[in-house]
Amino acid sequence: MNIILNHNHEKIEVGSEVITVSDLLKIKNFTFRMLVVKINDIVVKRDEYSTATIKDGDNVQVIHLISGG
Amino acid sequence: MPTFEQIKQIMQKYTVGIAGAGGLGSNVAMALTRVGVGKLIIADYDIVSESNLNRQFYFRDQLDVKKVEALKENLLRISPDIDIEIHNIKLNDQNILPLFDSVDVMVEAFDIAEMKEMIIELFQTEKPNIPLVVGNGMAGWGESNEMKVEKLGNLYICGDSKTEIGPEMPPMAPRVLICAAMQANTVMSVLLENQFRNEYNPQP
Repeated sequence: MNIILNHNHEKIEVGSEVITVSDLLKIKNFTFRMLVVKINDIVVKRDEYSTATIKDGDNVQVIHLISGG
Repeated sequence: MPTFEQIKQIMQKYTVGIAGAGGLGSNVAMALTRVGVGKLIIADYDIVSESNLNRQFYFRDQLDVKKVEALKENLLRISPDIDIEIHNIKLNDQNILPLFDSVDVMVEAFDIAEMKEMIIELFQTEKPNIPLVVGNGMAGWGESNEMKVEKLGNLYICGDSKTEIGPEMPPMAPRVLICAAMQANTVMSVLLENQFRNEYNPQP
């Protein structure tokens, strides 16, 4: 599956047609505690990570949220 | 290129919400007041303390004063005409949407990452058409060129997205003000976008 992840083309080696956000975070080792995830510019809430799916061609952005202000 | 008077006339029409009146929020409010924004809605529950004075827009004679009250006083000293609505309240996922219901642009100025995630989820889900400008990563010093604005649709993330505050990575005026200025600059770009067509129209 080919996606765009944080502006870069990424080839994700999986057997299925789609993967969940949780799958992607695991595959790409996003271990951050607080995140913002967008699929094709739509925000995915934390409680939807295990159900929201990513398919071939999707534009995905994952940003680490950190304390300070 | 528009004149400052023309810019102020347009800024005057808009309301900007600011969630948090610490290092980011107080300085975003200061910058937007100086460029003539019509109305600010500002919420914070804290009081001014000694440790805030290394970066926040408060003064020593305001120690122990509620931040929103001290900030309103300071902003009115810059511009007596600005409309400032303040709320001395701890924001949460229940009160944040009704409180900022009327804003044209929303500024996230919390310090805790959990709160940043909360406001992004809420606003981007419930108010997807309201641009949201977040501050993310501004501790330490130096590394000015690491500070940037990441655009994710109408969600703008300002900062280095790396430096987390901690006992040995304190937030201090120079980098916090860069981040706050980036947020205020993004608010201006969003509000002025398409206003000066065929003239000078920089993108956020």
